[in-house]
Amino acid sequence: MKDLLNDLNKAFENKTRLGIMSALVVNDYVDFNNLKLLLGATDGNLASHLKSLEKRGYIMVKKEFLDKKPKTKYFATKKGKDAFTKHIRAIEKLIK
Amino acid sequence: MEKQKYLDDLKDIKDIMERSSRFISLSGLSGISAGIFALIAAYLAYKTIYTNQDYLTYQRAILTTETITTLLLIALITLIFSIGAGIFFTTKKARKDKQKLWDNQSRRLLINLSIPLITGGILCLILLFKGYIGLVAPLTLVFYGLALINASKYTLSEIRSLGLIEISLGLLATHFIGFGLIFWFVGFGILHIIYGIVMQRRYGS
Repeated sequence: MKDLLNDLNKAFENKTRLGIMSALVVNDYVDFNNLKLLLGATDGNLASHLKSLEKRGYIMVKKEFLDKKPKTKYFATKKGKDAFTKHIRAIEKLIK
Repeated sequence: MEKQKYLDDLKDIKDIMERSSRFISLSGLSGISAGIFALIAAYLAYKTIYTNQDYLTYQRAILTTETITTLLLIALITLIFSIGAGIFFTTKKARKDKQKLWDNQSRRLLINLSIPLITGGILCLILLFKGYIGLVAPLTLVFYGLALINASKYTLSEIRSLGLIEISLGLLATHFIGFGLIFWFVGFGILHIIYGIVMQRRYGS
């Protein structure tokens, strides 16, 4: 039981961060606007959670310009995907 | 308590994974163009079937091998034009959205759309050759509606309600069987145009 709780990742306790990772692991990338639409988060809220995931090395950011409009794409890193999978496994075991 | 929170988390994860992997680059313009082609086709079919009869009264369809061939030709040309326009506008929109046209999402969308659609198509062809012409228009609507509902899980959610309306129209058309072509005109023509305009406004081209 104690091991299981260690596997639960503090980074994913927040709903928005959990949502960001869920979207990124099943897609090659998701851009900022689509994440916003998907999670129903505000700009500031979403940006701060993205920043914190980026700091942990769970996601990667790529900025592009499309018709002079900035478009920010987010990718899940290998580290992020592994951490997320581990987190889900722990949840599944806890529920059982 | 704790357990409920984790159950909710899992539900959220699943929900977001599904929603984020839908094909969203469906172009409203393809709906509008399919609608216009359908209106033209319905008009041509009307001219082919009901020659020398009063307008908009309960009518008997006059069918010969020749008219059936004409009808099938109209159907085939409409299908080719609609699919062609659909691919054209959706490619354009996907390029603009920077979404890949042929990815897992669009593949799942097409497969799930095709299963009820092809089933209905084959059934209608069999009925047509057995002489049950009246059932063809209602059944194409019903099966098209079922196909849309089946595919709606993989694309914009509006498609689901369009599917429900098509099924209702199809069932009504089965009851008022002599007016099949009018229901067809509404279901494939007018509804496509309305939905196309709504999607166009909501999601852009």
